[in-house]
Amino acid sequence: MTTLSHYLMASGLLFSLGLAGVMLRRNILIIFMCLEMMLSAVNLSLVAFSRYGIVNGIQNYDAQVLVFFIITVAAAEVAVGLAIIVALFRSRQTTHSEDLNAMKF
Amino acid sequence: MIAFGLGVVTLRSPISCAMCLVSSFICLAAVFVTLDAFFIAIVQVLVAAGAVMVLFLFIIMLLNLQAEECRRVKLGVMLGGTVVVLSFVVLLSQALESSPQFSKPIPVLMAPSQDVSMIGMTLFHSFNLPFQIVGVLLLVATVGVVLLSRRTLR
Repeated sequence: MTTLSHYLMASGLLFSLGLAGVMLRRNILIIFMCLEMMLSAVNLSLVAFSRYGIVNGIQNYDAQVLVFFIITVAAAEVAVGLAIIVALFRSRQTTHSEDLNAMKF
Repeated sequence: MIAFGLGVVTLRSPISCAMCLVSSFICLAAVFVTLDAFFIAIVQVLVAAGAVMVLFLFIIMLLNLQAEECRRVKLGVMLGGTVVVLSFVVLLSQALESSPQFSKPIPVLMAPSQDVSMIGMTLFHSFNLPFQIVGVLLLVATVGVVLLSRRTLR
């Protein structure tokens, strides 16, 4: 029998894995992928709360609408972020985060 | 899902990380199905695993990224990052154990197969303005991507 705390723990573990990836990896693209993982962990937490917060058999769907928006905004953010990374790669020829240390265009 | 997430964080080559993330998203969609959120599961597979990760893989192949060469790792940075993440997990487990209202069994859902229509009604009744704004945001993001991908950005 899976309770809400199981889903929240899974979401927290996924979020902490994404956080570890953002802090410890040095390739810009992999940092970006771990950012996506953090967003999807938040989605899991929201859907779990939406499922378990039932009042009189009627579910509140606001959290699932928020998940819909989060997925959409994450897609837009990935598109723009990857365009920035490609432009950065064209000018610096590297994706290592330690080499990207000057804001000069 | 957690194992694939571990694979994303620890594997060396970017293509392996991207494939692990795709598998993690598909496992997450399966978890959404167990939570009776069928529409969100399909949207997750279509948009997040389908479009976003394909875009990632295109960019990885376009930039022709090889596996990361091992530079000298700064031990202090690694240790600090690991400490922060482990303390977050410990705090989360303590918070979850100390609150008993999270341990109730799953409540009964009246109409589990109507979640698409219910999400649609909630979306267009209560969240209509954010919906339109997200449409404009997608347009702005598309224009921005086209602008940022030009050969000469000046």
